[in-house]
Amino acid sequence: MAVATIATPAVLAAPETDVRRRSAGLTQIVLGVVALFAFGLGSRTAHGASTTFGLTLISKQGTKVPDWVFPARPVIVALALVCVLIGAARLAVQLPRGWRLAGTSVVLFCFTFAFMAWSAADPKGGERLIIPSLLNSMVVAAVPLVLGALGGVVGERSGVVNVAIEGQLLFGGFMTALVGSTTHNLFIGVIAGTLAGALMGLLLAVLAIRYLIEQVVLGVVLNLLALGVTGFLYKSLMQTNQSSYNSVSQFDSFRIPGLASIWVVGPVLFDQPLIIYVTVFLVVLVHLGLFRTRWGLRTRAVGEHPAAADTVGVKVLRLRYRNVMLGGAFAGLGGAWLVGNVGNFTEAMTNGKGFIALAAVIFGRWSPFGALAAAGLFGFTAALADQTSSLQLPIPSDLLSTLPYVATLFAVAGLIGRVRAPAADGKPYIKG
Amino acid sequence: MSDRLKLRSEESPQGAVVGDGRAKRILQAIVSANTVTVTVLAFVLSVVVGGILMILSDQTLLHEWGYVTSVPGDAFRDSWHKVADGYVAMFHGAIYDPKAPQALRPIENTVVNATPLVFAGLAVAVPFRAGLFNIGGQSQLIIGAVGATWVGFTFSLPMPLHVLLAIIVGMLCGAFVGGLTGLLKTRFGAHEVITSIMLNNIALGVLAWLISTKAFHDTHRQDAISKPVKDSALLPHIHGSSPEVNLSTLLAILAVAAVWWLLSRSTLGFRLRAVGSNPDAANTAGISVARTQVYAMLIAGALMGLVAVTQVSGTLSASHAMTNTLDNGIGFTGITVALLGRGKPVGVALAALLFGALNAGGRVMEAATQPTVPHDVVTVLQAVIVIFVAAPLLVKEIFRLRDVRRGGSGPAPSVAPAATVDSAVEPVT
Repeated sequence: MAVATIATPAVLAAPETDVRRRSAGLTQIVLGVVALFAFGLGSRTAHGASTTFGLTLISKQGTKVPDWVFPARPVIVALALVCVLIGAARLAVQLPRGWRLAGTSVVLFCFTFAFMAWSAADPKGGERLIIPSLLNSMVVAAVPLVLGALGGVVGERSGVVNVAIEGQLLFGGFMTALVGSTTHNLFIGVIAGTLAGALMGLLLAVLAIRYLIEQVVLGVVLNLLALGVTGFLYKSLMQTNQSSYNSVSQFDSFRIPGLASIWVVGPVLFDQPLIIYVTVFLVVLVHLGLFRTRWGLRTRAVGEHPAAADTVGVKVLRLRYRNVMLGGAFAGLGGAWLVGNVGNFTEAMTNGKGFIALAAVIFGRWSPFGALAAAGLFGFTAALADQTSSLQLPIPSDLLSTLPYVATLFAVAGLIGRVRAPAADGKPYIKG
Repeated sequence: MSDRLKLRSEESPQGAVVGDGRAKRILQAIVSANTVTVTVLAFVLSVVVGGILMILSDQTLLHEWGYVTSVPGDAFRDSWHKVADGYVAMFHGAIYDPKAPQALRPIENTVVNATPLVFAGLAVAVPFRAGLFNIGGQSQLIIGAVGATWVGFTFSLPMPLHVLLAIIVGMLCGAFVGGLTGLLKTRFGAHEVITSIMLNNIALGVLAWLISTKAFHDTHRQDAISKPVKDSALLPHIHGSSPEVNLSTLLAILAVAAVWWLLSRSTLGFRLRAVGSNPDAANTAGISVARTQVYAMLIAGALMGLVAVTQVSGTLSASHAMTNTLDNGIGFTGITVALLGRGKPVGVALAALLFGALNAGGRVMEAATQPTVPHDVVTVLQAVIVIFVAAPLLVKEIFRLRDVRRGGSGPAPSVAPAATVDSAVEPVT
């Protein structure tokens, strides 16, 4: 476990600086005040408006749960005051790390809940926010991000930066649509998409490891290549002949008996396409692999100090090739999900998801569960923006759609701060 | 002296070719893997890859290749025609078209397309020298455009002042976003790649919102477009009629010169390069790494602001207003331009010209070919060129080139003494 202790930044143990404590406390108080005046005491919650949260997912079968209705103003005001109190406590006293973390989490939860309660508040009781559909939309949005980020983690842990996740998602999706349509079999399409991702990974590995191209730039160029090739073939092959080259069946849901009838979350988590379970399984598998197996120890060693790993007989370059290809395959599967979810490929359909996945890699501190959490946060805020856009909020929908990015920006700058990449990340290894 | 000459002819196994030494040296320079050769060969390879893609995309050709063993003529002849037609159309669009009424038109097109790429390439090259990766060109461009457009349709000023104000405000707005990325990195330690990506998406959302607001939206139109800038805020033309070369091309030349001066002659440039090559050493030497990196991002943002001005007040947009697709991917193309230009100002300008020619030619090709060869092939060409240029080793292996030698002449190390004799003789003859 020696390597694992190296991977934990020593900075975390140090007491909080005064500047950081003040800015964190003030931010929390500001969030509370915003929640109080904009949400709690605004016109939307006036005249005894009540908030309605729907708890039944309409599209799926499951137990019918009655709506959750509560008075909007008192609840939001109470939540806002909790935020202000926690912020004041942070300002006033030096808290231990565990308390700080708990405080931040509670503030974020209260603020988000206040926003949700405000968005679904209506004096007539007609507006409602359907919680399971919010969660479902979050899961759907998070899957490609998790898979892409997992691909990034596997590559970067062994020392190869993967900025080409976007291109791997795109090419994986394209091949899924192409092969899935020509063979009339979505499953073969998914396999093809996964392999296409691995192929993009191989290209990245060869150019980065053998031909020593600067890896960040290489990633950007490979994204451009994938965008150009898929866009070109889409326009010249698929667009004129959608039925034979670009139409696959959509994924079927796979219902896990028993678990799927759990209250509220059951249908969201246990009545989903197979790929979602595979994704969760892969996250656990990669985590165990990285921290509990010989492969993982070697991967981390190669990512931190390739020369030392080489000295003890680890084949540095071979391991990097394998890991980058494996990462590409994960991302390719993510691309397959994007296509199988809607039934066809569209030009540039990844729309920056690969870059969000890249952010999730760094944001999640190069760990599988961290990537899962980061992708989940992103998926949740995206789902929140999406689901509340139909509620006629006074916030323009275009601005609301930037919510996930703003949240990530604040999280990265405020909560996470300086992160430490694997020491040899992005540095080619040349045997001396 | 005659002894020396004798010595040379005896010792040099290549004595016979001494007479045409210069020609030989040039030939050797070409077949060795120097920058120019690698770039040219990379271009050739990308053309080959593009050609293969054109063939793969044509269903008739694919069908012909299906029976290539029985009737090889069809497949080869038609494939050749397909690829040749595509590239000839591209050439006509970018360099010279014998049938066009105005001979300079394609070249003008190329220059007009290249101009924003010069700024964008420099906007990536400058932070790159300081060890930063500017992937946030999109947001710097968009916010720059918001500023420039707002100035353009709000104020009523005489012509030179109005343009100048639009340019300055565009640069300031771009610099603001660039500087913000720099600050987030140096102050909070947030990775510039993440913050840039987030800022790009936020800027896109803000742009979409602004275009729909009363203050910005053009009330005469139904679609999502801002008010057009006034005529007095348009960049004045320099040459040509329809795709005119305008003031921004002059600004681009100025920017190349300014960035060259900045990087190789100024104190700030020295600091930038020091921070980029070894931040620890720079810090020890008393250079503030944080401040230098923020400056680099400010400069980059201002350059992207200039792209914004050319997009809004320039030639390429007919409407002279902001739309949702205003950035047109230039922020990302700038990265490849900077790489192709090897981060040097003049290199960036040449790379931008090449990419500008490809863009201009690609559009003509798309219109002229039947069945259509989509414009996207240009993106592939650009990516492939940059990959090969970045991997000289790969190009060398494909074409079996020799390594670059410092001297330029002398085929093998064993002849080195002969070379010294050569140089000793030269002053006398």
